[in-house]
Amino acid sequence: MCLAVPAKVIELHGDSATVELDGIKKETSTVLLDGVAIGDYVLLHVGFALERIDPVEAAKTLKLFDELKALDKTL
Amino acid sequence: MKYVDEFRDGDTARALAKRIKEEADPERDYRLMEFCGGHTHAIFRFGIADLMPDNIRFIHGPGCPVCVLPAGRIEAAIRLVEEKNIILCTYADLMRVPAGKRDSLQKAKARGADIRMIYSPTDALVLARENPNREVAFLAIGFETTTPPTAAAINIAQAEGLKNFSVFCNHVETPAAMMHILSAGETKIDGILGPSHVSTIIGSNAYADCCDRYGVPLVIAGFEPLDVIQSVLMLVRQINAGLAVVENQYTRAVSTTGNQKAKALMNELFEQRPLFEWRGLGVLPESAVQIRSAFSDFDSEKRFEIKEIVAADIKGCICPAVLRGMNNPDECKLFGTACTPEDPKGACMVSSEGACAAYYSYGRHLNTKATT
Amino acid sequence: MSRLDIKHGVIEMGHGSGGRSSATLIDEIFVCHFDNEFLNQGNDQAAFNVPAGRMVISTDGHVITPLFFPGGDIGSLSVHGTINDVTMSGAKPLYLSASFILEEGFPLSELETIVISMAKASKDAGVPVVTGDTKVVERGKGDGVFITTTGIGVVPEGINISGDQAKPGDAIIVSGSIGDHGIAILSSREGLQFDTTIQSDSAALHKLVAEMVAVTPEVHCLRDPTRGGLATTLNELARQSHVGISLVETSIPIKAEVKGACELLGLDPLYIANEGKLVCIVAGEDAEQLLAVMRQHKLGQNAAIIGHVTEDQHHMVIMQTAFGGKRVVDWLAGEQLPRIC
Repeated sequence: MCLAVPAKVIELHGDSATVELDGIKKETSTVLLDGVAIGDYVLLHVGFALERIDPVEAAKTLKLFDELKALDKTL
Repeated sequence: MKYVDEFRDGDTARALAKRIKEEADPERDYRLMEFCGGHTHAIFRFGIADLMPDNIRFIHGPGCPVCVLPAGRIEAAIRLVEEKNIILCTYADLMRVPAGKRDSLQKAKARGADIRMIYSPTDALVLARENPNREVAFLAIGFETTTPPTAAAINIAQAEGLKNFSVFCNHVETPAAMMHILSAGETKIDGILGPSHVSTIIGSNAYADCCDRYGVPLVIAGFEPLDVIQSVLMLVRQINAGLAVVENQYTRAVSTTGNQKAKALMNELFEQRPLFEWRGLGVLPESAVQIRSAFSDFDSEKRFEIKEIVAADIKGCICPAVLRGMNNPDECKLFGTACTPEDPKGACMVSSEGACAAYYSYGRHLNTKATT
Repeated sequence: MSRLDIKHGVIEMGHGSGGRSSATLIDEIFVCHFDNEFLNQGNDQAAFNVPAGRMVISTDGHVITPLFFPGGDIGSLSVHGTINDVTMSGAKPLYLSASFILEEGFPLSELETIVISMAKASKDAGVPVVTGDTKVVERGKGDGVFITTTGIGVVPEGINISGDQAKPGDAIIVSGSIGDHGIAILSSREGLQFDTTIQSDSAALHKLVAEMVAVTPEVHCLRDPTRGGLATTLNELARQSHVGISLVETSIPIKAEVKGACELLGLDPLYIANEGKLVCIVAGEDAEQLLAVMRQHKLGQNAAIIGHVTEDQHHMVIMQTAFGGKRVVDWLAGEQLPRIC
């Protein structure tokens, strides 16, 4: 499936970054992504950050879920 | 775990499942192919099939890089490490995949071959730096998700002037395999759950051809269970409306054009291979990549003149049909008897996201509906 | 007799010859740290009286990479592991033996560190190492040090704990969070390195078990879920007792960091090794009382009831997932290896 997990960037060091996932810290390469910033969530795969997680899009999806759940309860 | 736990909420899953039940037309079947092993794994691990109405069927696709690597390539890797006395590095996933004649990398390692399991291609670079007097080859597998990291490793090796590092490239391309399955038409597919992490790299536009040409809707779906269920709902809606377009459920990580930087790097290092054998699907044109000749020093196939090996598939094993969505794992005579995760005969029993292994580990003796 | 150069010296073939340098090694590293009346006698065996009751014996070889890991080392592990194996019968562990296979070239300073840790573990547990053996293998034929420990103990009257005693309706209790040991080991393994505060849970469980059997002598099964993790242990018990097991995922204690590491490496915490946890199967009506006693003990603070025993001709372990579905929790197949897909 191409196992990739979202981890938070907490330190930047040139072409790599320290990312954190529930208290686990791991060094990851950032050469595949431009402009990685501290606080970004990135998808981590075989030691590389593949893509940023877009917090706005994630929130939209979750909002949709909440609406569905609410709708389900009122029905 | 942020961006994981929120997408595993059981109540939302049930609300979504209720929607699917309401909207799915009881008069028809919805045959949905989950292309990726990651989706197969999620469907079993979270019991998603149990939440679906009976007329929603999951058909397992070929999107497991371990499963589609043909036995001949593994045999070639074993010959490479044993005959040239090199260090061969690979992802742990590949260790138990059957090569021909009941062999595997794990068995070769036990015989004394210097095979190292690594987590990242950069670990192979570390080994090459630490062992300047030995050749270090990285047996690389994977779809477009895993190809850019391999490209990055070659790039670093070149920049450093690392002379003893090479890549035995087996990277394959998702859209080609998808097109092949749709064009073969061996199994009826009403909709496709599209890859999540592959799509972060190649973007959602990469599938437009599939939908146009074969009139099949595709929804790019994240790997978390709510992603999968929401994508099923989106597919049901498209099918009901007679649409066949690419939709993106996994918007938090997938854009229309994908990761440009990763794509550019892949394109710089790799070119399309005219032909490549896929386990189960046979030899497919323009479905895999090879290292460009400008970087041939880093190409194990050229460096060690690796010969093509055609290994016979295991007798009785129906992995090829399973990978094409034609059969269920439990329709195989070897399933659960001669072929188990402890002693896999077919590749689909090896990787935990292989359909057979998922069936065996999660679904055995449960009346699961995840059948074709 | 010349003294060992512990600071700079290494194991040499002569240390296993049985001659004078063997004696020096034994005196200055083993006897001096294990320091007990049996070992100090200098015999090839230990003689002692045993209390009445059923005797229990268990042996365990310890091979581990790396030798030193967060929360322990091969020395403490070799004491805890065998004490726990003896204890899972409900026995009070009495004595240990230890056999060392040392690799030529292994630093004496590291050996001493391991032996000191082992001696501390044994003293803390009150279970002395009363006899032992040392052999040396040529460089390249060992992995630094292998330690095999054997333990004996005595089961008090009226206790009959065995893996075949689980009955439908019984409750399943785990003594604390699972997966800590395996993740601590992985975090320090070459190539995988990640930073975590997770420590191995390596600990001797006999005092906890003594309190458990004191309040509930009719405990049915006890087992420590070491290699293969909780999943494998539960499958073993289900098969041995010809029953099924039903688990509730949300009730299984797992630290967030262990979950995080498992997501990162593509592993399942149910299959990760533990070295200081136990699984207890007990009649449903005794479970709450026993749980309360366990939670009073330092090593059982986070104990939880995680499921119950069912009737099932296939002897399957089925888990109600946090998500609301059901899944089979199978035996561990092959090794638990980090995966990328």
